[in-house]
Amino acid sequence: MTALAKPAAVTAPQVRVNKQKGFMRDGRRRSWVSIVVMVVLALLWTLPTIALLISSFRSRDAVTSSGWWTVFTDPIHQGWTLDNYSGVISGSNMGMGFINTLAVSIPATVLPVMFAAFAAYAFTFTYFPLKETLFVIIVALMVVPNQVALQPLLNVFGPYGLGISGQFVAVWLLHAGFAMPLCISTLRTYMATLPGSIVESAKIDGASHFQTFWRLVAPMSMPAIAAFATLQFLWVWNDLLIAKLFLLPSNSTVIVQLQQLLGTQGQGAELLTAGAFITMTVPILVFIGLQRFLVRGMSAGAVKG
Amino acid sequence: MTAVAAPDRPVVRRGGSPARPLRALWGLVGVVLVGWVLGNGFLSLAYHPEWYGHNRILMALVGIVLGIGGSALLFYCINVFIESLPQRASQGLIPYAFLLPAFALIGLMLLYPTVQTINYSFANNKSTAYVGLDNYRAIFADPAFWTALTNNALWLLVVPAVTVAVGLVVALFADRLSAGGEKYSKSLIFLPMAISFVAASTIWGKLIYDANPNIGVLNAILGTENDWIRMSGGRLNSFLMMIILIWMQTGFAMVLLSSAIKNVPDETLEAARLDGANERAIFFRVIVPQIKGTVLTVFITVVILVMKVFDIIYVLTNGQNNTNVIAVMFFDELFTAGRAGRASAIVVVLLLLVTPILVYQVRAYRKEAAR
Repeated sequence: MTALAKPAAVTAPQVRVNKQKGFMRDGRRRSWVSIVVMVVLALLWTLPTIALLISSFRSRDAVTSSGWWTVFTDPIHQGWTLDNYSGVISGSNMGMGFINTLAVSIPATVLPVMFAAFAAYAFTFTYFPLKETLFVIIVALMVVPNQVALQPLLNVFGPYGLGISGQFVAVWLLHAGFAMPLCISTLRTYMATLPGSIVESAKIDGASHFQTFWRLVAPMSMPAIAAFATLQFLWVWNDLLIAKLFLLPSNSTVIVQLQQLLGTQGQGAELLTAGAFITMTVPILVFIGLQRFLVRGMSAGAVKG
Repeated sequence: MTAVAAPDRPVVRRGGSPARPLRALWGLVGVVLVGWVLGNGFLSLAYHPEWYGHNRILMALVGIVLGIGGSALLFYCINVFIESLPQRASQGLIPYAFLLPAFALIGLMLLYPTVQTINYSFANNKSTAYVGLDNYRAIFADPAFWTALTNNALWLLVVPAVTVAVGLVVALFADRLSAGGEKYSKSLIFLPMAISFVAASTIWGKLIYDANPNIGVLNAILGTENDWIRMSGGRLNSFLMMIILIWMQTGFAMVLLSSAIKNVPDETLEAARLDGANERAIFFRVIVPQIKGTVLTVFITVVILVMKVFDIIYVLTNGQNNTNVIAVMFFDELFTAGRAGRASAIVVVLLLLVTPILVYQVRAYRKEAAR
């Protein structure tokens, strides 16, 4: 069904090593047009983020009197300061927001991936009535917009229902539910590529499904699990809508805090850039650290062979 | 299917034997106990913060441990219970134990709310009495709703196509770089995907589109002092906000398209070259037909994203200056105007709009499964 895409770094092995000018080490002709185009594109895509980083370290006066791009011509007289960061961490309570965001994101990543892996195992390695019908429901639900859930679930979780609205657990459940269809179908696609004979022989050795799942299938599915977990973590960390509606102000995440900062004009506006950069630190670190998994997993899930 | 229990192997015994009532009992007790601890643990976090000394870090930690550990333990106990049942029952029930957590969540978070939203859309704003089609009449008579629909259509026309096109260009050029150059340039273009919509809107709204030419680079380049985000002439502000989404999504398109291009067998390219095809012909006649599936996947993913687009517009204009879209209008109806009935009706319209994609996805899956 689906073949793992070969890793991007592996290019076709070249027998002859060409050390001529104008050729790359792997023997292909060096394409100057491509180099120029890619440098320009990479710069265009990176500059907005760099602008934010620069601005977040400049004083309010410096920001309003000269553009962030003047840093490249005069890197010294830019009113460099750490005040924006100290201001946003103490003034807007972003330190607490940071812990809240972790408390939201970690379970909201682990739980859906774990539950979806159980379900994907059942869909791949067991037989039960209505299996295909249930899976079609999952495929269909991948498209349903999250907005349908807001009003009914505010009622269910609210004070006249379960009474958990405003707490982390409400947000975990929501994120877990919304992630479920895509996660199940991604993991099922991957598990279908695992050799069925291994699972079969575990069965003959008397292993229960529970053991087969934890000892064999889950470890073997790690590439797909890691990829989806990375994506889910980024989505949950970066989410505004659910965090805004289902968390008490004391539990609110950095993204909600940033959105509230955006509303402030005049005094305090200089904190915005520092606040924005703080919200981006963890996702960027996760992204850089796990990019390899992400790329491989995304390619495996979407490229139908 | 490879893993279906083969009927010609009756000796296979999977967990459990006919008589293990003690184990069944302890599994059952475990389920009840873990469930009780979980439920009360979460309620205590909500209602008795003093038990935790109001220490928010401790409460977050307790929550994380309860949530992850508790669910794993609960699942374990369910398995112990089912595996200790007589073999026939155990065999039949095990798949459902594996499906239970996922489908409980899907039922509560997706199926029930969808039905309820449709239900609410025919009811009044307090959802206490049915009002027939009044909510639908109201939203379709509201010119603001048509503005929002038009804007969504514009976003749909522009964003997915441009994202796929730019992603394809990047993937093609990156493919001609050295391995190192390809890796780093792709990482840089992929990076905005890690940034939240809110932070991305902050970056673009404050550092690029800002009205002050000392802050906004666009005004600095053009020598103007335009408040770009407020300029609705020719829907300019909507297009400027689309650029933000394209900036964020190009990396996603590039990654998928790039791996599809690398999967195109070299032999087909070589054969085309031997036949004297130029690069253009090779791209359109050899590469494009082989990556069509991936192009479609990327396109549909971005289409679904664009239909629900909310954060960028909510944060930058809140739907003012002719930029409103369905998702923002829904939010305003529900939380600002307090008109739950109309808000639900708007979501139902959104649901109807995604239905063609839904049907397409299901059909594509059926076709794939039948192969």
